Amino acid sequence: MEKEIIESHLNINRRKFLSRMSLGLGSVALGSLLIPNLFSGAADDDAAAAMLGVPHFAPKAKRVIYLFQNGAPSQLESFDFKPKLREMVGMDLPASVRMGQRLTGMSADQAHFPLVGSFYDFKQYGRGQAWISDLFPHTAKIADDICIVKSMFTEAINHDPALTFFQTGAQQGNLPSFGSWMSYGLGSENKNLPSFCVLLSRGKGNGQGVYSKLWSNGFLDSVYQGVQFSSGDDPVLYLNDPAGLDKQGRRKMLDKLAEMNDLSYKEFGDPEISTKIKQYEMAYRMQTAVPDITDVSKESDDIVKMYGPDCLLPGTYAANCLLARKLSENGVRFVQLYHQGWDQHGNLPKEMAGQAKDVDQASAALVTDLKQRGLLDETLVIWGGEFGRTNYSQGKLVKDNYGRDHHPRCFSIWMAGGGVQGGIVHGETDEFGYNIIRDPVHVHDFHATCLHLLGLNHEKLTFRSQGRRYRLTDTGGKVVNGIIA
Amino acid sequence: MRKLILFLLLSVSAAVFLVQSCRNASGASLEKSSEISYNFKVRPILSDKCYACHGPDANKRKAGLRLDIEAEAYKALKDNPKAHALVPGDPFHSELYLRISSKDTSELMPPPSSNLSLTPEEIEILKKWISQGARYEKHWAFTPPVQAPLPKIEDKGWAKNEIDYFILNKLQQKGLKPNEEADKERLLKRISFDITGLPPSIGMMDSFQLDNSPHAYEKMIDRLLQSPAYGEKMAVHWMDVARYADSHGYQDDNYRSQWPWRDWVIHAFNENMPYDTFVTWQLAGDLLPNPTKEQLLATGFNRNHKITEEGGVIDEEYRVEYVTDRTNTFGRAFVGVTLECAHCHDHKYDPFSQREYYQMFAFFNNVNEKGLESTVGGPDTYAKNPKMQITNDDVKGVLSFINKPDTNNLIVSIMGDSSKVRTTYILKRGVYDNHGDSVVAGTPKAILPFGDYPKNRLGLAEWLFDKRNPLAARVYVNQIWQELFGRGIVKTASNFGMQGELPTNPELLDWLAVDFVNHGWDIKYLVKKIMMSATYRQSAVISPEKLKADPENIYLDRGPRFRLPAEFIRDMVLASSGLLVKTIGGPSLKIYQPAGLWEASTSGRGTLATYKQDHGDSLYRRGLYTFIKRTLPPPSMILFDASNRDQCEVKRSNTNTPLQALVMMNDPTVLEASRVLAVKLVKEPSKPEDKIIKAFRLIVCRRPTIQEQKILDDYYTGQVQIFSNEKQNARKLLSVGEFPVNDKVNRISAAAMMQVITTIYNLDETITKS
Repeated sequence: MEKEIIESHLNINRRKFLSRMSLGLGSVALGSLLIPNLFSGAADDDAAAAMLGVPHFAPKAKRVIYLFQNGAPSQLESFDFKPKLREMVGMDLPASVRMGQRLTGMSADQAHFPLVGSFYDFKQYGRGQAWISDLFPHTAKIADDICIVKSMFTEAINHDPALTFFQTGAQQGNLPSFGSWMSYGLGSENKNLPSFCVLLSRGKGNGQGVYSKLWSNGFLDSVYQGVQFSSGDDPVLYLNDPAGLDKQGRRKMLDKLAEMNDLSYKEFGDPEISTKIKQYEMAYRMQTAVPDITDVSKESDDIVKMYGPDCLLPGTYAANCLLARKLSENGVRFVQLYHQGWDQHGNLPKEMAGQAKDVDQASAALVTDLKQRGLLDETLVIWGGEFGRTNYSQGKLVKDNYGRDHHPRCFSIWMAGGGVQGGIVHGETDEFGYNIIRDPVHVHDFHATCLHLLGLNHEKLTFRSQGRRYRLTDTGGKVVNGIIA
Repeated sequence: MRKLILFLLLSVSAAVFLVQSCRNASGASLEKSSEISYNFKVRPILSDKCYACHGPDANKRKAGLRLDIEAEAYKALKDNPKAHALVPGDPFHSELYLRISSKDTSELMPPPSSNLSLTPEEIEILKKWISQGARYEKHWAFTPPVQAPLPKIEDKGWAKNEIDYFILNKLQQKGLKPNEEADKERLLKRISFDITGLPPSIGMMDSFQLDNSPHAYEKMIDRLLQSPAYGEKMAVHWMDVARYADSHGYQDDNYRSQWPWRDWVIHAFNENMPYDTFVTWQLAGDLLPNPTKEQLLATGFNRNHKITEEGGVIDEEYRVEYVTDRTNTFGRAFVGVTLECAHCHDHKYDPFSQREYYQMFAFFNNVNEKGLESTVGGPDTYAKNPKMQITNDDVKGVLSFINKPDTNNLIVSIMGDSSKVRTTYILKRGVYDNHGDSVVAGTPKAILPFGDYPKNRLGLAEWLFDKRNPLAARVYVNQIWQELFGRGIVKTASNFGMQGELPTNPELLDWLAVDFVNHGWDIKYLVKKIMMSATYRQSAVISPEKLKADPENIYLDRGPRFRLPAEFIRDMVLASSGLLVKTIGGPSLKIYQPAGLWEASTSGRGTLATYKQDHGDSLYRRGLYTFIKRTLPPPSMILFDASNRDQCEVKRSNTNTPLQALVMMNDPTVLEASRVLAVKLVKEPSKPEDKIIKAFRLIVCRRPTIQEQKILDDYYTGQVQIFSNEKQNARKLLSVGEFPVNDKVNRISAAAMMQVITTIYNLDETITKS
């Protein structure tokens, strides 16, 4: 059933409507917060939905959980097994393979580029006989649920631009992030929660920071901005009332406030005032709903066992995975995790093992947990970093140690659920793990595919700013049909 | 609740549609007799729907047809020499009309694959325009402004100055009437925030209320304009434009010591430096003959952009990025055009070629700088070359406006060109190392040919302020108008090009632009001029009729009413509670912020890896001194739409969200202010009712109505009872914030009063200019 609507419908009507609202009725762009199902066409909101125009075709996924591995995990120690590199260890990267590819300032001056293979073994798993390294035993167990894309590539070779490219579709600039585009396109499913939530954690490996522009709304209304959650005591900024003020006290204050604001509304007739009254009510509901959702104390022992004991420690990756499930289950459209520490320029064997240990169990548990709740089909889970790592050692290659520099030409990610085919491997790289030889997937293609799974046409999800229609995929992007179930 | 929202949604949307249909009915499109304006009706359609393939971008042009130039559009078609896209007077022989109205989808323009389409009204407009002769006009913004004679108005008694003639004339055309003048209390709050960003003191409120002289209002404006807080207020917008921040940006995002530049901006506004000088110094202070240290400091403007400290980046890639940022900033900030769209290819809508982009780029391409000068390090990395040292003697002498708190070494990044001119190349597809032809410095011809000015930044500044430059004055006047009314005469303040919105009152914009230039680019004059108008002084009450007829207040049938910017909300809270420390300038400060935010996101390198909050007086300084770490700017400001200073920002959005409600309810800044003011009032020998009136006046800047007074009095009485039973809660509540707790106060009264005051802080009117 194709329910495509023309771009002018989606863009002009909704945008005009919302921009009028933001001056007329207040930022009801808040639509997405205030009016659940505004865009999903549930029965009682049919009128609103029809008026705004529900975009697109039938979606396969309704929600996304993006497990971003920040710093760029090596594909060569995870999902892209290259025995050739073991055979050729210490030999120089042939120029015929490198083909003049630019290198970062960190290894460009090296006299030699000694190849090095994974110190860790690989085995094959699942229907697709995917090679997965011994560092990821739990991921190996969900091999039939995930699709490994070995042929990702990007244009940037440094963290900031590469990360920004993955999250906003452009290396530079202050553009809306993937999650913002999605909440703009689809709105929220839960009137008490933001539609785009962000969770941060860090491992012990070499870290690269994250930046709030990665979850920025750019030129979209700020209601589409990612809201940073923490698994600690104050899960959303400014959520907790001050000491000495209980729930009843807050209610009383809000009642007085509403009474006073209503007098203002009567005097000025400004719809912004009635919006504000509602925003305070929404804030009040969040104060109850959010701690309820973020409370992991009621999770069963089985769940804790599945995610690992760290899931009870606020701020860990495991805790964030569990929280991601809870938020997603409660209708948050886009949950974005970042786990730092994947930048192994040196000391890779040891650091990589630590990082893998941080994330392997909980990532797999998340997929399994969603599956057992019947939610995996409608939830797209993504695991991956911003680029790959070189097949040669950065710095000196010694018997028990090496590092790898940034490599944009190929890297691996995995996706699960939300209409993605499980148990397959997409794309292939050459025997050196340097160039893609089959089915390359550009960052824009990745975005186009994700949006497609969500029922959004990436060429039609546009927003006009500075006189130009912007898309997440800029001027590129092809849907990768090969991975769609 | 949900039904109510839906109802509101539907009723507002009904209003929207009503307005739209009214517009269509009154617009030229459906009126037989009227002339279709090319600039206002036709070009917006052509630009938005046709130029992508038939516009300025030569590489993307289809069928050799361009519609943005008259002669080209009249030519015989390349593919079919017997036919013409436009035959003036004859739509049915004009291929343009035949194709846009075709029922055959293989013929139809724009083609369905473009995801663009024309509405029946748009097709009708183009048809009528062709019938009337298909006459082109130069884009309004690229023609120098001229002052038209004041339009005729019916009610001359209403007008206070020239502005009102243009506004009232428009209102008459639309069948609208202006509002009454706002009451004195509201008016004083409005001018006080607009000039100083601070609420008026009770003394000012009283003296203004009592002053019945006809010049009371003007005298108050003059008084406020003399306040040093004026420079601080004006600096906020300029810091957005200049993408000022206290960190370098990019991933490691370590500290930078650029704040002396901000102190200079405050100083320049307070000195009322003419706009042309103000900008010339910032663009090219270093190229002036024997530049002073002050002129050098001003050029920090063009070094406020992000600078990477990420090890391993390719130097040239980032150097080019910085030059690009300066070029784009020049476009947005000073000439209000989207030059950046010509970075990778010819502009798709505006007549700027990619070559011209790199000609502009050439002005900024000669800086003696590196893409990666240093990675995260110590004090010598807090500014990058070219940089200047600010000595202790400087701050005693020529740079006395800098608030340097210590005798430490202080460096600021500034502009400075290499002696050898770096060749500028067109960068194919915008890629830093993909060199095309070399170009020399120049400006887009469509705006104004560069002429004989010296081919450097100083020449560029002269070109900008050339009397024939159509954009410089319009763009700045529009920004000031936007500051005061919440919306520019051109809504898209950084885009006056073909895809920008058209001015809602073009004659007024031009009148003001010319007037501004004629008065020597005098900014205080401009601000006062607008504030003296009857238009500005109107009450902000919105009648249901006006809400329907003009929901966005485009025609200004009422006064401005919008939420205060983030910085001034903070200023209001601090000033009204008496906590504000009025010191001007100095290093930026780290205010209360929820714990762990910087720590969670940092790479761990640099002095900004952990948040070290300031204490004492430093907690109570104005919002513009709040420390901006680019990768994690202060959340209490960002939630209120402050700029993240990633790029030049000419207009902030103005949203209304639940997270803002949470900030006002729970941010320690607001709670502490409530506590401190409550304690102060409780200790005064007055009745509770009078204390509440005083708090209300300090915060809302007017006396409460009887109804309001009653609600608050009752609330106070109730809270006293509650806290009498829960003394522990009173104690806890009064412990918020670092400002010393006064032990000798009646805690029950103070906690109850604090609740009342927090409520007043949370009122819509409190954080709204109305």
